Amino acid sequence: MKRDIVTSIIGVIVFAILLGLVYPFAITGISQVAFPGDANGQQIHLNGKLVGSKLIGQNFGTPVLEKNGKPKEVKGAVVTEPDPRYFQSRPSATEGGAYNASASTFSNHGPNSVKTKEANEENIKAYLELNKNPATKTEYDPGLTVARIPVDAVNSSASGLDPEISQANAWIQAYRIAAVRHLSRATVDALISKYTSGRGLGFSGEPGVNVLELNLALDRLTGGGA
Amino acid sequence: MTFAGWLTIVLFAVILTALALPLGSYMAAVYSGRRVVLSPIFAGPERLLYKLLRVDPTHGQDWKAYAKSLIVFSLVGWLFLYFVLRTQNAPWVPHLLNPLGYHSPPWNVTFNVTSSFMTNTNWQFYSGETTMSYLSQMIGLTVQNWLSAGVGIVVAVALVRGIIGRSGKSLGNFWQDLVRTILYVLAPLSVLVAIVLASQGVIANFSNYLIVHTITGLQQTIAMGPVASQHSIMLLGTNGGGFFNTNAAHPFENPTQFTNFFEMLAVLIIPAALVFMYGRMTGNRRQGYAIYGAMMVMFLGAVCVAYIAEAHGSPAQHAAGLHTGVISGSGGGNMEGKEQRFGIAGSALFDVVTTVTSCGAVNSALESFTGIGGAVPFANLSASEVIFGGVGTGLYSILMYVLLAVFIGGLMVGRTPEWLGKKLEAKEIKLAGLGILITPLAALFCTALATASKAGRASISEVALSKAGGSTPQGFSETFYAYLSQANNNGSAFAGYTGFIQPNAGSLGSHGITFADMLGGFDMLFARYAPILFALAIAGALAGKRVTPAGLGTMRTDNPTFVVLLIGVIILVGALTFFPALLLGPIVQGLTGHLY
Repeated sequence: MKRDIVTSIIGVIVFAILLGLVYPFAITGISQVAFPGDANGQQIHLNGKLVGSKLIGQNFGTPVLEKNGKPKEVKGAVVTEPDPRYFQSRPSATEGGAYNASASTFSNHGPNSVKTKEANEENIKAYLELNKNPATKTEYDPGLTVARIPVDAVNSSASGLDPEISQANAWIQAYRIAAVRHLSRATVDALISKYTSGRGLGFSGEPGVNVLELNLALDRLTGGGA
Repeated sequence: MTFAGWLTIVLFAVILTALALPLGSYMAAVYSGRRVVLSPIFAGPERLLYKLLRVDPTHGQDWKAYAKSLIVFSLVGWLFLYFVLRTQNAPWVPHLLNPLGYHSPPWNVTFNVTSSFMTNTNWQFYSGETTMSYLSQMIGLTVQNWLSAGVGIVVAVALVRGIIGRSGKSLGNFWQDLVRTILYVLAPLSVLVAIVLASQGVIANFSNYLIVHTITGLQQTIAMGPVASQHSIMLLGTNGGGFFNTNAAHPFENPTQFTNFFEMLAVLIIPAALVFMYGRMTGNRRQGYAIYGAMMVMFLGAVCVAYIAEAHGSPAQHAAGLHTGVISGSGGGNMEGKEQRFGIAGSALFDVVTTVTSCGAVNSALESFTGIGGAVPFANLSASEVIFGGVGTGLYSILMYVLLAVFIGGLMVGRTPEWLGKKLEAKEIKLAGLGILITPLAALFCTALATASKAGRASISEVALSKAGGSTPQGFSETFYAYLSQANNNGSAFAGYTGFIQPNAGSLGSHGITFADMLGGFDMLFARYAPILFALAIAGALAGKRVTPAGLGTMRTDNPTFVVLLIGVIILVGALTFFPALLLGPIVQGLTGHLY
């Protein structure tokens, strides 16, 4: 018994140093030298300013302003409305505002829940609204109906930080982007293809369109939106 | 459903088998004390470790001595982890390793977390990026990811030694097995996986959280940390505790379509290899193939059901008017709580992989799975994780079922049951029976207590309540899954169930829900160590038995008939134990389109 206790105490200390300090420092050190971009989160800079990470999705909304000109807040989170000039990311369930990358979380909405249905309906309404021309009150994409909305556009993601949307979602939004930015749809669709990640090894997963990269490319094409 | 989706599933099974076969042979050599390809590198450090630990690796231990070393070592590890977590912002912690100055979680949550990582469960009432300092993640949680995996594997090895033992009582030496597991098996794989992941975008740094000013004028804070090292061992050791709250769904833990596939292989490779190792060590590889076959059949069955159910979509989606079929440019299906890059197949497969094993990492929200899709992880856990199972735990658990199947088969043909030449007697059958029943007993007892008490209902999430505030099948599912997952040392969750109220990042002003924290903690500890003791006791009972040559009437345990018998026994025990409870939660949701 005593032998076991002594060995255990030494064992825990030795392994804590080897596996809890040496190992993580070694892996982190190697990664920092060999893949500095990846190890630091694939940061994207614009004019020397950090504008995001390629891997972390963003809210491409603008703050809703109160009458006094200050951003409106609910429970400490800034209220935003989608900016029609940019492709919009998937719904995000993170607390403290959408795409809070310091507290990832999912919605936990159950499959047979009235709350899930209502959340879906709300997102559907917002998506149709977003893709409707406010001047003519018609859809930018003439074929757009509830049944044609891709599921990823209205179901919230697992991490709350999904950097990608489906191609179908991007193609629908392309009608709006082309109209608002006075671009041809062919130009926008070409950009979508350019920023679509393919299946891993040719079969794993689904293709996805990186929203931040796509939006940055749009700004480069037609001049900064913001 | 898509062609690529089915192809992913098929190729996964093929590639897994191709990788696990050589690893199984390698591990058999490691635990038989033969020289292996890595011996020139690790023989020196191995001897040095024995010297430091003051152990004589040639000293054989009987099952009681082996169990004693294991329990004492686990207890000391528990105290160390509790201490690390409770002193998170102590003055000696360097700023670099706690850049946000996080305070320690409260005692009850820490009790739960400590028991959780100790037992290879990695059930997480906390969320990593708002609770843990980098130091806690490294020297606390990462270390236990290694050690609890090692402990699981050595128990399986000891049991195999007992089964093949020809004389005497020795099951080997606990310390030698542990050191060998860490050096020869876990270390090379973990370094390899960590570096591959880091090259694909899994982050590895000690930076402060990033502040981003987005192009639409918003601000975003992005959590950072030494993720690659921890993520790699949590997959390989089937631990499953994510660095971040959303685990393998978080883009910094699982950034691409490729890493998703790679990570699934990392989870299953050791549990699969252990089965082949068993075949090798018994001297008849077909023994391993038979068990592997039974596991693979059940595994593929689970994957197919989950994939079909998730691709179909949920009643809530259909009620909202959505079409969930495949269209050009979208895979369709139930995408609530799933990531675009993984899609339906990648999410369903991942979650089956991590719930058949004791990993419990998730790349999608299990709670948002459809009724039937969500019943699959339930069923995997109800089979007590013998479908590959956790590292080590899977093998020693299924060997208990094999024992039971041999016994039942023996009764059917009216002969004394024999297994690999050893007569099975009342003692072994009793031990196996008890060993098998511990996990269901713990899970159902805790669930009953939690659903029947007000203190237990406090943990049910708001989204799982009906509009009027009453409980729904979802609320029952959450509760049941919580204690089932903890009893199986899995750690995946219907994550609405909570035991930690944290209004601000860093734990200041937070409090735990003592009932859920403690009940869950004891659930994990009991259902981990009691079966280990039974497994070692069986090993001890078998080790000394004489081997009689197989005769004409001996029931074979390496042919397809036995595979069918084994699957039957596993499903029968699981179904009889859990079916009534499963009916109340996931099945009722899956069979009706009713919204609650």
